[in-house]
Amino acid sequence: MGRLIKLENPPRINGYASVVGKREHEGPLSADFDVHDKSEKFGMDTWEKAESEMQRMALNLALSKAKLSPDALGAIFAGDLQNQCVGSVYASENFHTPYFGLYGACSTFAESIMLSALFVSAGYFDICGAVTSSHFCAAERQYRFPLEYGGQRAPTAQRTVTGAGAMVIGGGNTGVKITEVMPGRVVDKGINDVNNMGAAMAPAAIDTIESYFNESGKSPTEFDLILTGDLGAEGHSITLEYLQKRGLDIAAVYSDCGLMIFNRKTQDMHSGGSGCGCSASVVCGNIMKRFEKGTLHDILYIATGALMSPSSLQQGLSIPGIAHLVRLEA
Amino acid sequence: MDINEKEYKEYCKKHAKHSPLIKDTLMAFLFGGLICMAAEGLFEFYLYIGIAKEIVKTLVPITLIFLSALTTGIGIYDDLAKIAGAGTLVPITGFANAVVSPAIDDKSEGMIMGVGAKMFTIAGPVIVYGVLSSVIYGLIYWFVGVI
Repeated sequence: MGRLIKLENPPRINGYASVVGKREHEGPLSADFDVHDKSEKFGMDTWEKAESEMQRMALNLALSKAKLSPDALGAIFAGDLQNQCVGSVYASENFHTPYFGLYGACSTFAESIMLSALFVSAGYFDICGAVTSSHFCAAERQYRFPLEYGGQRAPTAQRTVTGAGAMVIGGGNTGVKITEVMPGRVVDKGINDVNNMGAAMAPAAIDTIESYFNESGKSPTEFDLILTGDLGAEGHSITLEYLQKRGLDIAAVYSDCGLMIFNRKTQDMHSGGSGCGCSASVVCGNIMKRFEKGTLHDILYIATGALMSPSSLQQGLSIPGIAHLVRLEA
Repeated sequence: MDINEKEYKEYCKKHAKHSPLIKDTLMAFLFGGLICMAAEGLFEFYLYIGIAKEIVKTLVPITLIFLSALTTGIGIYDDLAKIAGAGTLVPITGFANAVVSPAIDDKSEGMIMGVGAKMFTIAGPVIVYGVLSSVIYGLIYWFVGVI
């Protein structure tokens, strides 16, 4: 059975917003973000609370852009990288609406858009909020080393983005449409190097992209952009090369959020950005603005996630990847 | 997906950009050497101002640990370590940084389970295996003495 779901009543993105930290704001997409805070604390006293605040800000801003009050939300689909997903829990408690906590690592934003769109399209909710975030400082101390620890990073390592993105997904006649979705499946090719998540996630991206073109019968040139979540430099070139070997050339329209958000050379970002907030802030910043300007009309957004935990890594298990696909049309 | 796992792992290993080994080694040599040279300078300085040699032997590492903790606290140490690599890691400075940095991070989780417990997440294994190897070394030393 195929995985591609065509939405009969395509829901629309009524509002969107992005919130980022200092480095992201210093990057090449600076002008596209709605809010930034140089201190990265967003008025809070811990990094974890700051992450929740970013989600609240993003969702409130997306609601106000959609001219809706928080009561309008039928449900929130949210996720982040903190243990037990608490960043999203604290962000969502103020909205007093049904909440679904999601974990798909860096793929979570596409997952939350997909589920929101499916629920709205099926008519179970009129309006849903899709919001995800990651905070470099909260993620780093949970997954890797303390912030002030003096270590060197591998050239293939990616940097967790401090950022959040939110979309308000509902009906109406205006706004970008979500016309197709393809849920990802867990793909594990045995990579266990946490400093090379691009290589761990690339097989999942290859799997979903290839399945999409097989099932839809379309060709890559029919799209303005094929955008993977955050494979970084390493995963980006692996994906491109492997797909080419298998007879699918997407080079002309292919880009990656992890490569877009930072200037890797001047900002010393090694393989690029990662985290639930990476593709969320890029899509809710740069990509949606390009749709508004009319320079994008039809894109495939494939967010990729590396599904490991600190314990699974220490026990020497490999890092499975996942890639969820969402098609956005003007 | 029909990608062979073994083939893929080998491909990724070959594909991955490697760390600049020669540059990293040179930097480690340079910065590690500079730290040790500065420590020697300190040693001479303490002797010069008239502190007893036995005390100076303790005073020099204490000064290095203090400087390392201070620069970690004000956020300079990690920037330096990014360039120096093993040059700042191997001397006693690296150990001080490994204790202070989690202590700063985990203050938000309280003084007992935060600072107290997590202070040793990186340094803990070094202490455990450091003590263990010194016991083994001591035993060998003792046996050699007996023979």
